[in-house]
Amino acid sequence: MATIQPESLGITSSEDVVHVRQATRSMAVALGFGLVEQTKLITAASELARNALTHGGGGSVTLEPIQGPGRVGLRLTFEDRGPGIPDVAEAMRDGFTTGNGLGLGLGGSRRLVNEFALETSLGQGTKVTVAMWR
Amino acid sequence: MDHIPIIRMGNCLIVSVQVDMHDRLALALQEDLTNRVAAEGAAGVLIDISSLDVVDSFIGRILGNLSSLARLLGAETVVVGMRPAVAITLVELGVGLDGLHTALNVEKGMALLALLARQGEGLVGDHTT
Repeated sequence: MATIQPESLGITSSEDVVHVRQATRSMAVALGFGLVEQTKLITAASELARNALTHGGGGSVTLEPIQGPGRVGLRLTFEDRGPGIPDVAEAMRDGFTTGNGLGLGLGGSRRLVNEFALETSLGQGTKVTVAMWR
Repeated sequence: MDHIPIIRMGNCLIVSVQVDMHDRLALALQEDLTNRVAAEGAAGVLIDISSLDVVDSFIGRILGNLSSLARLLGAETVVVGMRPAVAITLVELGVGLDGLHTALNVEKGMALLALLARQGEGLVGDHTT
């Protein structure tokens, strides 16, 4: 299998959210993910890209293939330089929203992936890292 | 493409979403469809999402909104063609879309709309007798 190179994309418009979905799909397909895993990961990517856009004032995502013992995966790292999240536990709760969504972005995307990590600092921005293993 | 096309068949409006919609496009569809339902007095709305391989919480919310808006304007909405992987993902995400009428495909969706329209007429009859 040809080596799959990491890829970075900017997130500054709602079209970019679509681009993030497409890039995630291409890489997940190339890595041989099944249909349900692909769909879950693309959906999580869409939620997190929109969060970075809506709450972080825009940001970026890096998509990179990862290797574990006897398995491959895909890691997505979303970063923004927005206001940060004052109360992470509250923000992860279903139904919590400061924007116009359903408030399922963070909590929902955590349920869709295998690994989820969130780092945030007030006034500095937010970084969300998710990974899915095949 | 700036708008998703809406076609009319009988007293129903039919939308087939063929592109991966960005948020503004989905909002434009919501507005266009609401206006058309009101302007044309449509009784039913059928939305085919069989081409969509992803429905996230935003698009899910738009589908729910469309159904609520159409109902306020006297039309029932049926969403058809949802892929199994999309359904699994939506439920896990927490978007159950309760109260949204769905059908497996366009044919079953049109049959459901016809049934809902007859029930609607029946309801009117009950009130008048």
